[in-house]
Amino acid sequence: MVQYAAGKLPARKLVSVWNLPELRRIETFPDEIRIGAGCTYTDLRQNAIIRREFQLLANAAGWTGGIANQNRGTLGGNIANASPAADSLPALLAYEAELVLVSVRGERRVPYVNFHTAYKKTKHAADELIRAVCLRRRFLDYFCYSRKVGARRAQAISKVCVAALGRLKGPIVQDLRVAVGSVAPVPLRLVETELVVKGKAIDQALLSVAGRTATAEISPIDDIRSTMRYRAKVTGNLVAEFLQKLAASAKNE
Amino acid sequence: MKAANSSRSKSEISFIVNGDRKTMRVHPMERLLDVLRQELGLTGAKEGCGEGECGSCSVLLDGILVNSCLIPVLQAKDSVILTIEGLAGIAELNCLQEAFLECGGAQCGICTPGMILAASYLLQHKPQATMEDIREGLSGNLCRCTGYSQIFEAVAEASRRKATA
Repeated sequence: MVQYAAGKLPARKLVSVWNLPELRRIETFPDEIRIGAGCTYTDLRQNAIIRREFQLLANAAGWTGGIANQNRGTLGGNIANASPAADSLPALLAYEAELVLVSVRGERRVPYVNFHTAYKKTKHAADELIRAVCLRRRFLDYFCYSRKVGARRAQAISKVCVAALGRLKGPIVQDLRVAVGSVAPVPLRLVETELVVKGKAIDQALLSVAGRTATAEISPIDDIRSTMRYRAKVTGNLVAEFLQKLAASAKNE
Repeated sequence: MKAANSSRSKSEISFIVNGDRKTMRVHPMERLLDVLRQELGLTGAKEGCGEGECGSCSVLLDGILVNSCLIPVLQAKDSVILTIEGLAGIAELNCLQEAFLECGGAQCGICTPGMILAASYLLQHKPQATMEDIREGLSGNLCRCTGYSQIFEAVAEASRRKATA
């Protein structure tokens, strides 16, 4: 709407998909939930299963804008708009979401992980609509960590945001997923950092290696909200903070 | 905005605003904010940023707090809208308005209609709002005068009065 009002939206013919019941459902199956692309952040925050099993997404929904934005902004809109600073997208990467895309040619289901191909570019075809986001219900026993760094707590676009999941077996990191926003042209999963940490016990040396690897994996820029240096430093720090908290979560059990 | 829409066809759109049914011919992509202010003369909703960041244009659309600068009027078709003008006279609002007056919650007045609508939406859902609830509930409404403390205090006072009423 902002781009349209400013005369910057190239599309001449627009179709409103707001509040279509088929897009506004959160369906629960034994092994996954299917979130309609038209669900708002308020819908996500209020859903009991998302609050319990997909806290990273519930948290990110609460970070997005203010209450009025959360009442109208949708998960599908966040994906399609494809901002690298979108708060909900790192959570979708961490949970290895799949997207259901629909067109007159039928439906297809694609992994979300490589959906964003470049700045504001996505894999969906011109005639395709994002119908739903599917999340596997297998993360209940994971430690979850999410943090947004912005100029103020609400109604601020992130300088850096992180969504991360980890599971320990004894002192060893058995599984790890770390995703970040605002530090690359697309929302990014930190694959190298995950590889460096997986299968090891978390100690001081690993924290610094992980932080350094994360910093090397991202490609932040200077812009109106932050600087390349700040973003790189904070990303490394947040990855280290996540791992410290993950290690502490085992000691608390 | 006007220029972008002028060459395109208008549609008949109808909704209920502050209890009255209004029907008008407008371009479906007009912002609800502009229709309220220019077609209907309801100037309580203000344009601050025009991009959903300041909350000055807040209205309740089917009971939901929204930024009217982000709503194409097409999406308000057949809805029930409440603006600050429609809130005056409702007992609950008098309570909020009085509290804003007493606590110094309004200075220049640009953010005030949005603040009061956001506060009203908050107290509807959380009548016993904590200070944290209030800060979150009003987090989408920016004020450049008060420093917020008086506004938060006004909403807390209204919430206390509602509890003892």
